[in-house]
Amino acid sequence: MGRLSVNLCGIEIDNPIIPASGTFGFGYEFAELYDINILGTFSFKGTTKDPRFGNPTPRIAECTAGMINAVGLQNPGVDKVIAEELPKLKKCFHKPVMANVSGFAIEDYAYTCEKLDKEEQVGWLEVNVSCPNVHGGGMSFGTSPEAAAEVVKAVKAVTTKPVIVKLSPNVTDIVAIAKACEVAGADGISLINTLLGMRIDLKTKKPVIANKMGGFSGPAIFPVAVRMVYQVAHAVNIPVVGMGGVSTAEDVIEMMLAGATAVEIGAANLVDPYACEKIIRDLPAAMDRYGITNLKDIIGGIQ
Amino acid sequence: MKQTIFTITENVPLTATVYKMMLAGDTDGIATGQFVNILLDGLYLRRPISVCDCQGDTLTLVYKVVGKGTAQMAAMTAGQTLDVLTGLGNGYDLSKAGDKPLLLGGGVGVPPLYMLARQLREQGKAVSVVLGFNTKDEVFYEQEFKALGCDVTVTTADGSHGVKGFVTDALPADYSYFYTCGPEPMLKAVYRATVTSGQFSFEERMGCGFGACMGCSCKVITGYKRICKDGPVLEKGEILWDA
Repeated sequence: MGRLSVNLCGIEIDNPIIPASGTFGFGYEFAELYDINILGTFSFKGTTKDPRFGNPTPRIAECTAGMINAVGLQNPGVDKVIAEELPKLKKCFHKPVMANVSGFAIEDYAYTCEKLDKEEQVGWLEVNVSCPNVHGGGMSFGTSPEAAAEVVKAVKAVTTKPVIVKLSPNVTDIVAIAKACEVAGADGISLINTLLGMRIDLKTKKPVIANKMGGFSGPAIFPVAVRMVYQVAHAVNIPVVGMGGVSTAEDVIEMMLAGATAVEIGAANLVDPYACEKIIRDLPAAMDRYGITNLKDIIGGIQ
Repeated sequence: MKQTIFTITENVPLTATVYKMMLAGDTDGIATGQFVNILLDGLYLRRPISVCDCQGDTLTLVYKVVGKGTAQMAAMTAGQTLDVLTGLGNGYDLSKAGDKPLLLGGGVGVPPLYMLARQLREQGKAVSVVLGFNTKDEVFYEQEFKALGCDVTVTTADGSHGVKGFVTDALPADYSYFYTCGPEPMLKAVYRATVTSGQFSFEERMGCGFGACMGCSCKVITGYKRICKDGPVLEKGEILWDA
């Protein structure tokens, strides 16, 4: 295994670089630009039980050092993902892929995960608990330890693949939620999802985004992400995948020092489609600069 | 899609708010009706700008200053460089033009029609062009289209230049097919007023500009399309308004 390799929930990956869900589609757009097999893996577009068109446009707003999106989980639904997207992906990506799953009821998560569990290409299930629970008054599953744990239990019951729970930062105590997920059987935690944000157009005096609010991401949120990764990684005994504004090889090292076993790259892919390729290329030299021999040795290495 | 560093060779105002920027660099793969996505200092997301023309190693962009990104572009001078993603989007399909294609442009929707007009003229087509603006001071590229040998009509909403009214008030009696780009109310009017099939170029706020983020999706008759990747040009027959 090389200097960059890490073990993520029992699966050895060549490097810790993972394009984040929603910024990498099902990989094809990027496969036209570079060989996406250089990635550790990638987390595919958030998939739900039923097809979703998502929110009205505009769905995107510019921010200082970042952006807001309110795409609304547009995806073709799990059946079409399995029937159409995964076979297409097989032609350009030969590693286990991370399947990102969302739901609006506990049963939705279980349904979608059970189907994806049968797919050989899927290495990990990344369960996004930031969606509103339509049977629970619309509160996101990820805002309460109990609701998040319920999702984890339901998913763990239908899969043997490692389950990584993707947490929202829009909560009072992310550590309590992470711990509840660990107790419920989660194999890993990924964080942070986007921060709830909003912009207003001064000319029209209306929100820039049709959905009014959306998820804020990009370099601006990196310090918040490092802090939360640090807090969670030091409170749980399962691997943590760090994300939130990571844009450079140095950011990756910082995230790993905070406690991340692997690192997801999100918004950076949208601005520079070669972002992940560049980060992987830059990592060895960045490691040399900081006296790091193997990346796996620095996980949680903050002094 | 390709990432290229272009050098600005010229950047001049055409009206109070519309500028023409000429850039030199690798233009390989740029097609009619496509757009480019430009990285600008201090701004996070790239700015999508339609391709006005592309010949040899020269890329021409005609853009309107509407916000911070385009204001920054307007302040740039020859010799400065820009990081540009090129070859983006599904452009105009020239093969459907017929002998007498009609091009309908409104405001800053005019530029993407220029390269199309040039190529249709090179194919020997009799090209009619109707360009719509609000007022005389906003008119640009009238002479450029005339120089290509197009039959050009200009409309202004206030009647200060050319035909008073909108592009749909100056449609020629006979045309084989149409291509259009402009603000959405104009596109809707064109949709209703035209009697042949045609192609529409749309605008939307984008995240990536190359199909990855689903930030600019719209509903069409067959499902959905991404304006940046499956568009910006859509066929008349697939459009669903108010999507």
